[in-house]
Amino acid sequence: MQAGSPRLSGTDMTLAYDRRTIAEGLSVAVPDRSFTVVIGPNACGKSTLLRALSRMLKPAAGAVLLDGEDIHRRPARQVARTLGLLPQSSIAPDGISVAELVARGRYPHQGLLRQWSREDERVVEESMAATGVADLADRAVDELSGGQRQRVWIAMALAQQTPLLLLDEPTTYLDIAHQIEILDLCARLHEEQGRTLVAVLHDLNHAARYATHLIAMRDGRVVAAGEPGQVVTADLVAEVFGLPCRVIEDPESGTPLVVPAARRRAGRLAPEPA
Amino acid sequence: MTVLRTPGGLSLRFRPRALLVGVACALLAAGLGVLAVAGGDYPMSPADVLRTLTGGGTPAETFIIHELRLPRLVTALLVGAALGLAGAVFQALVRNPLGSPDLLGFTQGASTGALVVVVLGGSSLALSGAAVASGLATGLLVYALTWRNGVHGYRLVLVGIGVTAILTGVNGYLLTRAPLMDAARAVLWLTGSLDGRGWSEALPLLGVLGVLAPLVLLGCGPALRMLEMGDDTAAALGVPVRGLRLVLLGAAVLLVAFAAAAAGPVSFVALTAPHLARRLTRSPGPNLLPAMCVGATLLVGADLLAQRAFAEQQLPAGAVTGAIGGAYLVWLLAMERRAGRL
Repeated sequence: MQAGSPRLSGTDMTLAYDRRTIAEGLSVAVPDRSFTVVIGPNACGKSTLLRALSRMLKPAAGAVLLDGEDIHRRPARQVARTLGLLPQSSIAPDGISVAELVARGRYPHQGLLRQWSREDERVVEESMAATGVADLADRAVDELSGGQRQRVWIAMALAQQTPLLLLDEPTTYLDIAHQIEILDLCARLHEEQGRTLVAVLHDLNHAARYATHLIAMRDGRVVAAGEPGQVVTADLVAEVFGLPCRVIEDPESGTPLVVPAARRRAGRLAPEPA
Repeated sequence: MTVLRTPGGLSLRFRPRALLVGVACALLAAGLGVLAVAGGDYPMSPADVLRTLTGGGTPAETFIIHELRLPRLVTALLVGAALGLAGAVFQALVRNPLGSPDLLGFTQGASTGALVVVVLGGSSLALSGAAVASGLATGLLVYALTWRNGVHGYRLVLVGIGVTAILTGVNGYLLTRAPLMDAARAVLWLTGSLDGRGWSEALPLLGVLGVLAPLVLLGCGPALRMLEMGDDTAAALGVPVRGLRLVLLGAAVLLVAFAAAAAGPVSFVALTAPHLARRLTRSPGPNLLPAMCVGATLLVGADLLAQRAFAEQQLPAGAVTGAIGGAYLVWLLAMERRAGRL
């Protein structure tokens, strides 16, 4: 492996479902130990990109390299020990408990004669502690709130112990408080455990605040990639989303804050003074 | 969950309750088996049965036990086990509690081949062979119609229902073409019966189950449990989803086809056994081994009931499983409705 080349990258990929081409000649690199966030309008191919990077979708042309090797030539189980994915929708089996679900994350490390080692037990406990669901261990997953459930799924992905973790819209369907809770959790995992995270997010301001590396996509192309402070500009938002806006500094974090242009100024909506 | 660990780094995990269900089913099946082997037109005491089994019986007793009653019991056990296992696999594959070979067309497929042999006239060996062949052909047909970047649960159900409808029509046509005597024989076969089943029916199924049960239970069981959480989640955990689906579909179709060849299309065991197993073990997951044990026990019990319930007349076992299974299905739907899931 060349020094300096990232662990996960895709080169010159053509991504297609059946005959519908989503992207052509797409190349991306995920910087090691980054919290990379992919943004872009609906149907721009960001989830498809994540599927390709996680071995779910085989590129029609080009390749995804994981540690310098074509990810599709490596056995699924071996890849699953290096790279984890939290898909957009997962089904919790009826009546399964939190601890049992998180324990399923150990699957790629287990075998017929090694079904539940002390290591498995320790990692599951750590994963539940890291995501704050240890107190819920014996509860049934179907009884939990949306935010709790998402933390349980993240705990399962953590139990897989992969240095790279991909998350497909981890905050969708959550209210604002739970969105921030999940993103704070991701940031902590990135900073404290040194994992490389790649997430698809819808909210530009969340992306700008939490990402260390941003990839902006439109129509299956990468329009810009880099640090959020440099990438997120009014011009870029106009180009990628077709949205006129102003970019100001986030008073909390100092990162770029996108404020969409108002159709009418607030003053005009106020009742006329008598 | 209980864990056994050895100093060498081996670790085995199991649910005590699931193990208990398995053992209880085995004991129950054994008890029912003794009743089945001891009773009948020529009643014997359990002691006589034991003596005959160990080689000390009179020639008549030896014939009755070894050639008549024991093969029938073994066939019932094997057919029940095969259907229970196949049903659990289908339900997990299509992620639908109604996913069973009866509803996906495989049972009807096996029947079509058997009916063709009945119409054309053929030996019972030809009938069994035709049932296996046409069951597998139906499996291939459904697979080919369903395949689109892998076989997905929802499409499998829809295609299966369509194929079931077509084959039911074909089977009805074949029945009308058969001479009256043959049609009567065909209808009995279609109900599923263990009457007069001998070693020639039991042994092929034993061979198939001997190969496929370990493959499915040990080779695919853990991966199938991951598949419950969705294809993407399973794939992310390192499950080769497409290959797994193909192997499991093939194995389950084979089990159903050979079970049908041995006893005819016994209805509802494949549907009922996994549900009962899940209720008894109270654990999530496909519950493959418990479903297999429950299936075997169910069919042995149903056959015993079919033989003894009405003193004068023997029923085909399929009539009993159909009646019990139908009642169970209605009860299940009512329960699901109450729980707000349907």
